[in-house]
Parts: sequence; structure tokens; C-alpha cells
Amino acid sequence: MLNTILSGDYPRSRILSVLLVAIFICLALGPFLFSGTRAFTTLGMICIFIVVVASYDVMLGYTHIVSFAHTMFFGIGAYAVAMAIGAMGSSFSAIGLGVLAAVLAATALALLLGMLSLRVKAIFFALVTLAVAFAFMSLVNQLYTITGGEDGLRVRVPRELGPAFRLIESDLYGFSITTFLSGLFTQPWNLGEVIRESVYNVRVNGRVVMYYVCFFFSLGMFLLMLRMMNSPFGRVLQAIRENEFRAEALGYRTVYYRTATVVLAAVVTALAGVLFALFNRYVNPENTLDFELMVFILLMCVIGGMGTMYGAVVGATLFLLAENYLQDLLRVIGGLVDGVPLVSGLVGPERWLLWFGVLFVLSVYFFPKGMVGQLRVWADARRRRRETG
Amino acid sequence: MSAQYEMLDREVAQGFRQRFSQFREHRPHLFLLALMVIVPLFFMDLVTWVTLTVSGLAMGLMLFIMASGMTLTFGLMSVLNLGHGAFISLGAFSGATVIVFWMGDLAGSGSLGATMLALLAAFVFAMAVAGSLGLLFERFVIRPVYGDHLKQILVTVGGAIIIMELIHVIWGPNEIPVPRPNLLRGAVILDDAVPLIGGVAVETYRLAAVLLGLLVYAVMSWVIDRTKAGILIRAGVESTEMVEVMGYRIKLLFLGVFIAGSALAGLGGAMWSMYQEIITAHMGETLMISVIVVIILGGLGSIKGCFYGAILVGLINLYVGYLAPVFAAIATVGLMVAILMWRPQGLIPVIKV
Repeated sequence: MLNTILSGDYPRSRILSVLLVAIFICLALGPFLFSGTRAFTTLGMICIFIVVVASYDVMLGYTHIVSFAHTMFFGIGAYAVAMAIGAMGSSFSAIGLGVLAAVLAATALALLLGMLSLRVKAIFFALVTLAVAFAFMSLVNQLYTITGGEDGLRVRVPRELGPAFRLIESDLYGFSITTFLSGLFTQPWNLGEVIRESVYNVRVNGRVVMYYVCFFFSLGMFLLMLRMMNSPFGRVLQAIRENEFRAEALGYRTVYYRTATVVLAAVVTALAGVLFALFNRYVNPENTLDFELMVFILLMCVIGGMGTMYGAVVGATLFLLAENYLQDLLRVIGGLVDGVPLVSGLVGPERWLLWFGVLFVLSVYFFPKGMVGQLRVWADARRRRRETG
Repeated sequence: MSAQYEMLDREVAQGFRQRFSQFREHRPHLFLLALMVIVPLFFMDLVTWVTLTVSGLAMGLMLFIMASGMTLTFGLMSVLNLGHGAFISLGAFSGATVIVFWMGDLAGSGSLGATMLALLAAFVFAMAVAGSLGLLFERFVIRPVYGDHLKQILVTVGGAIIIMELIHVIWGPNEIPVPRPNLLRGAVILDDAVPLIGGVAVETYRLAAVLLGLLVYAVMSWVIDRTKAGILIRAGVESTEMVEVMGYRIKLLFLGVFIAGSALAGLGGAMWSMYQEIITAHMGETLMISVIVVIILGGLGSIKGCFYGAILVGLINLYVGYLAPVFAAIATVGLMVAILMWRPQGLIPVIKV
């Protein structure tokens, strides 16, 4: 059963398994374990970005195609649904139309990019996609009559997905892990009080429904891509990564496979973009198309571990947590060294990206396989030690 | 060089059509340039056209200065430095520091000597900062990943993030206005008596940028064509191993080229800062797109191709920016796509990638 679900591709490391199970439980019970809107938004973003990063990993990790147009496809999905709702009013048929338009546009553009990359060598693909994505973003910025320009578009989701809708009339109970843990460490003597404080009410409204749509979409897409990467198709992609010339000599049309990969990644990302628009209810160039977002996706993919689907899960979770909470940590550290001129500038809360950049470069040098790859290497070494010793 | 064989291959052209198609195939850069310059003439009057052309040249030459380093580093060691944009930003901020904070009085004084001194100091400082950071960048970021394009892309993107964040740390997160020196403000206006193009007004700074850009191109062409280092660079672009076999230390040569390229990026950034009169740490990212289009247009590794590519990009930006501002960025990328369809190897290809 588990073998079928995971397509025979197990985490192959005890630490990684624990980490993945923990992430799965946290996401599955998300709204019932973490209270507050900020945590809720972060959880939803993690679900969506796991799909985005996993689809990027299909290109970058499994086939070694470097694309900088991933945010473009993400934005196509987000804008397609936002514009469809804007034109037709908030209804599920508008969303359906948006999804259809997003898939078609993403497929067409990905095919076009693929065709273009067939004429030039692999290294050009990175440059060409970078330029095309930039042109797309500037077009979105300029055509403000349709896209809202830099102000972006507000997405009026159907009532069933909004906060006014109640799936269950009565509230359910949630158990806040963060409150519980902080209480456990600060006042372990009155545990009962801490537990009572940790319990909070969860209103099962349309937002929670939307969250679970994202969650199950994320889960389904992830397992689907895991299946694909462990199928003969995925093996060919890995063969292309290892030695394209040889894969071609074995009789595979590498060009078709590469184009198929680009199209697959584009469509999956566009779907994730649709969910982003519906979950975030606001779409602008900065949160969907910006080059910085593209770099973030790259960072998540590489730090998590290229060429392993699980890397996308770990990378996206870690990065989004850092993006949202590392600033708090840095603010604490910044408070300690306040007054030292240069150092306080380096550890200020807005400098979190600096440290992630350093971490990124170091991880490319010393852990080129990312966290997941490294955990697997350690686990393998341990297994071997136990067999020989 | 393959050019000589091409000369032998070339048959004597017969008739206008044949000669035209030969011109198009053998001198694609001149053909495109002519096309680019002539077509807009039908859409605007001559005075506007002259103004736009000079401005386009100014922008193109600044782009050339920024892009030349990147194209050479790729040609020589097949190193793709996506962090090049960060050096542009760094040069802009360093140059602006001199012009605005350290020598603001000199730059604002209005006398020719003082202005020149301030500008020279700004440019030299920008080049020095960008160049020395280039040295560090090459040694610590790029050297460990020679020969691995994927890792190069990753670490240079990471390095660019770090540099940009450091710019934020040093200069603060806000954009900084950079006023031009008094002498370079305003415009040069042609006398009305001049036939056809009387009344043309061209900003002084753009004229100065054109002159400086041409000077840099001339010096660079001289170095590449006439000096020993230039011969080695050209040889290295064509075959790295052969140069090594001859006993030259290609890595040292590459280090030199990388430093020079970073310094030029810094110079371009400093020039650009006064062109835009405002700088942000993200300006390098935006310019990077144009730089990438330029080096793809020109053919990776080719200085001459880079020069023509940059001018084409500058011109199309200005023409389209005037005729249909919405599509300026699209036009630049569209030009790249069209050229890739026509000549995937770029206008003046040097290396086979």
C-alpha cells in the first residue's frame, strides 16, 4: 500500500522520514494545530509552494534544465483565474474557465519556449527564459487596464471559499502547539493550565475549506509527480541529466522529453498559481512574477535537495518558515548586538535574505545534493557501517 | 581564422539581389543595424529620429560597456556569471558615492576641469570597487565550480543576492538620487539654420556617454586586436586547451579578464546612474536582462558582436519606447527571439556552444 502510494521511492533516511511525517501531520491538521492568521497563511503558502518547487525540481533536479520562467507560469495561472473572476463575477464556472485558460496559455508558452530552446544549446535556455519572463512581467505591468498593473487584482472568491461561509455550524476545537510548547518551557509546573490555554476554537469556514483544497491538491500533485519521476519517463529524464548524448544514442528523442518536461512543469505550476490566487485573494506582479520570487524558488529547490521530490517538501517548508519567522529570530539577535555599527546592520531583521544567500552558496559547495541528499548519504553510510561492522 | 576561408568561398556577386543576400548572410550585424535605423524613419519625422538615434546609441554603448565583460568571461572559460548585474549596481553606488557625497562641490561647480576630475574620480572608484570585488568573486565563488554550468548559475545567483544585500547594508535600502554634474545638464541644440535636422536637441550627457562608450570600444578593440594579451584572449576563446598547451596560464588570464569585465560593469553602472539620475540596488537585475539579450544577440564570446548587439538593443528600446511605450521591453526580447530563430549562433559567433 505504502509502496504504491510512494511509488517505491522511500525517504531512505530515518531523520528524513521523521521530518516528512512531521510536516505531513502539521499540514494535514494545520488549522487545528496553529492558531492565528499568520500561521494559517504560512501553512497555505507551504502547501502551494511545495507543488511549485516540486515541479521546478522536475526540470532542474531531474533533467538539469535551468529555467527562470517558472514564476511566469505561476503568474499565468494566478492572473488567469483573477481575470476570469473579474470578468465573469465570482462563480465556480469562472474559476473553471480560468483554469482552462491558464492550462492552455501555459502549454502554449512552454511549447514555444521548448521550441526555441531546441534551436540553441542548453545553457541558452536559462538566459532565454530569464529574458522572456522579464518581458512577460513588464507586459503585465504595462497593460494595467487589464491586469491592474503594479496595483494588481483583487480576487473575489465564491462565497463557499470565503470567510462568511460555514461548513459546520458549531465550532471545532483546535490545540495550539506553539502555545503548548512555550508554556511547557516557561511554566512546566502548572501543566493543566497550559493545556487549557492551548485549546482554542476553530471556525470551519470557507477559508478552511480553501486550505484543504490546497492541501489535497498539493498532496495529489506531489504523489503524481513522484510517480512520474519513478516511471520509465522519469528514468529517461535522469538519463538525459547524466549524459544527454548517451541517452540520445540509446534511441530516446531527448528533445521531446525535454520539451515534455518543460510543458509538464509549466502546467503544474500554472495550476498552483490558480490556487495561490484563490487562497491569497490578491494577485500582483510582486507576489507572482517577481524575479526575487524566482530566486526564492531556486533556493528552496537547491537547499531542499535537487533531484529528490522530498527535497521540494523540505526546502519549501524550511524556506517559508524562515521567510516568515527568521526575521523574528534576527530581531532578537539584533537586539543583543544593538549599537555595534556594522554588525547590527548585518543581523537586522530585514537582512534574513543575506544569510539565506550565504547558506545557499555554501550548500551548493558543500552539500550539492541539498538537505535530503545529504541525509540520504549519511543514512547510507550508517547502513554500510552496520553491515560491515 | 575562419574569416579568411570565408573570403575565399565568397563568389563574385552578380546582380543586386544576389549581392543583397550575400550582404545579409556575411554581414548580418550591418544588415540588421541598417534595417533598425531605416525602418523607424517611416514612422516619425527626421528631427525626432535624430534625437532618438543618438539617445539609442548612448544607451547601447553603456549596455556594451556592461555586457562586454560577461561575454568575454563566457567565451574564455565558459563561465556564465549571472551575478554580473550585482557588479553593475555596485559600480553605480560607488560612483554615486563619489559624485554625490565626496566630490559634490567639484561636480556642481560648473568648471570643466573640476567636473572632469570628479567624473574621473567617480569612474575610477567605481571600477576599482567592482574590479576588486570581481577578484574576490572569481577566487571564492566561481573558481570552485569551473566547468559546471548548473553550479555556476546557482552560485552566481547566490553571490548576486549576497552582494545586493551588502549594498543594502552599506548604503541603506532607499533609492539614492544622483544629480548630473552641472556641466552635463541640459541639451545641445542644433541651430535652426542647419538643413533638414535643424532644431535637434540632444542631451549633453547622452553625447558624452556616446563619446566615452566609443572610446572604451576603441581601446578594447585595440587591446583585443593588437596586444599580446588580446591575442591570448582570442586564442583562449577559440581553444582553451591549445593556449594551455602553448604554456600560458589560462586561469591567470581568465582572472585578469574577469576583473576587467567586473570593472567595466562597474563603469557602466556608474554611467547609468547619472543617466537615470536615481539608483536602487535592484537596477542591476533589470539591466541584466538587456545585457543577456545583448550577449545572445552578438554571439557569446564576441566583442564586436556584443558592440552591435548593444547598439541594436539601445536603438530598439528608444524607437519602440517612443512609438509604443507599452511594448519597449517586449520589443527587446522579441528582437532576441527573432534573431535566435534566424541565426541561433548570434550575429557574429566566435565559439561553438
